[in-house]
Amino acid sequence: MIPLNPKLFDADVEQVSIRQGFGEGLVIAGRADQRVVGLCCDLTESTKMDAFAKEFPLRFFEMGIMEQSAAAVASGMAAMGKIPFIASYAMFSPGRNWEQIRTTICYNDRPVKIAGSHAGVSVGPDGGTHQAIEDIALMRVIPNMVVLTPCDAIEAKKATVLAAKISVPTYIRLARDKTPIITTEETSFDIGKAQIFYRPQAPLKAGIIACGSLVYNSIIAARELDQEGIGVAVMNIGSVKPLDRHAVVDFANECNVIITTEEHQIAGGLGSAVAEVLSVERPTRMAFVGVKDKFGQSGTPTELIKHYGMDKDAIKVAVRGVL
Amino acid sequence: MLHLSDDKITFLEEKALEIRKSIVEMLMEAKSGHTAGSLGMADVFSAFYFHILKHDPRNPSWEERDRLVLSNGHICPVLYAAMAHSGYFPVEELKTLRKFGSRLQGHPHREFLPMLETSSGPLGHGLSQAIGMAFADRLDKGFSSSRFIYCFMGDGELDEGAVWEAMMLAGKERLRNLIAIVDRNNIQIDGFTENVMPLEPLRDKFESFGWHVLEIDGHNMEAIVNAVEEAKAIFEKPSIIIAHTIPGKGVKMFQNDYKWHGNPPDQKQGGSALAELRTLGGQIASEHE
Repeated sequence: MIPLNPKLFDADVEQVSIRQGFGEGLVIAGRADQRVVGLCCDLTESTKMDAFAKEFPLRFFEMGIMEQSAAAVASGMAAMGKIPFIASYAMFSPGRNWEQIRTTICYNDRPVKIAGSHAGVSVGPDGGTHQAIEDIALMRVIPNMVVLTPCDAIEAKKATVLAAKISVPTYIRLARDKTPIITTEETSFDIGKAQIFYRPQAPLKAGIIACGSLVYNSIIAARELDQEGIGVAVMNIGSVKPLDRHAVVDFANECNVIITTEEHQIAGGLGSAVAEVLSVERPTRMAFVGVKDKFGQSGTPTELIKHYGMDKDAIKVAVRGVL
Repeated sequence: MLHLSDDKITFLEEKALEIRKSIVEMLMEAKSGHTAGSLGMADVFSAFYFHILKHDPRNPSWEERDRLVLSNGHICPVLYAAMAHSGYFPVEELKTLRKFGSRLQGHPHREFLPMLETSSGPLGHGLSQAIGMAFADRLDKGFSSSRFIYCFMGDGELDEGAVWEAMMLAGKERLRNLIAIVDRNNIQIDGFTENVMPLEPLRDKFESFGWHVLEIDGHNMEAIVNAVEEAKAIFEKPSIIIAHTIPGKGVKMFQNDYKWHGNPPDQKQGGSALAELRTLGGQIASEHE
């Protein structure tokens, strides 16, 4: 069995933001390898790059509000052997600097790491301008890019440490709001590896393939359905690209029906990536939970996740609807 | 300040002429590509590849080399020609420009030609990459590094907002190991720069962003070399050299006409251009007269 947080189903499960895990992971990566450098676009505390900046002031570069330049500067540093991490809100990096990422990082195949914080509508009161719900699509479509979507702070820490060790461009998707700790320090995390996080007692009827902040909601939905007699397993995708094609196909063979969940536009995200695999290798009845071609707005994270149909109840409705 | 002997100047001018002939031949063969900017920068490229740059064409990944980032990748015929003539790869390979499977892509791509410092083409990205290289150089070698990071840019490219982000950043960081060269040839695809999007007063703009600015005749070898020597000696700021050039320089038909920005010569035009280059504009007799 995969080791998960024993308090996962408790009301007082510990909650830490996914971005916090990035901040901790970057310090670990910085201690392990002095080639690691950090570049931030006037959001050092907010993206949690501040701990790295404090410990390694000479290897931290304050770029000001220049996401476009930051991406290309990072490419130049990587050309000279550095391992640069650039941090901003996902809406601005990779949102604003997409072409710099494509041309100077991916086309050059430079190992720059892009940490996009504040992804998803759970950014909350800042509203739709600051809620990146297109970033997975933007990043996974570029050749050479790896796309990581950690589901909690511990996975974000591992994803960050791992990203520093792989010599390819990498996008790490982070979220602002505190979310439950799902995994443990012992849970494995690998590029291109999916893991099944929940297996039901009831006879298996469907499988949920989830990423990022919706993994928790998906597990809770599956558990409730299990108690209602509908067996639903949950797979965590920490790496949307490369996608664990074998695990996804095996999961579809096992479950017969697949529901994808992501705090992202349905178009182009995890659901699309899964559908691209299954439609060719194992045509499967599917449903998609995510944002349905809308922009975000102000509200609390809870209100917004419910409004856009991504809370546990909406996931349960989606599962029942496709069965 | 004289750094060059007459013999050296003659040598660099001869290399520039070889580069120009190769550019015309490449573009005739490719049947597409950018004529004016490539010919206009031939003298600057000759000065760099045959005198200024610290590099080893037989060991392109030598760590101690200077870095030359070509930001306006569309003038890559002059880059490829300078690289071939200085020994990076056979001159014969120049004829493969823009052909399927060629290492010489229409705009430079490192995946095909790994000895390039960067891929380029989309405008406005080079200066930021050069800044990243200068940051890394400073981290590894300190403030008195003997490596220099050069960035070649077009003037039309200065329309891009990202260039001015980079200008601000380099000024803030006082990157003395960064030297930019702007090809001030006054043309871009849609016309003259001052009509499309006025850049002047350019010197004032660069100075106000914290740069040491030099202005030179971009076809005068001594001026090119002296300007770079002065830029290297400036310790408190990055330097930028505004090189005033004539687009299409060396072939009267191409000179100063913006329609040659993005078009190649056909066989007849190319033949006449090569004859003009071979005879130094009719100064010496040739078999064609």
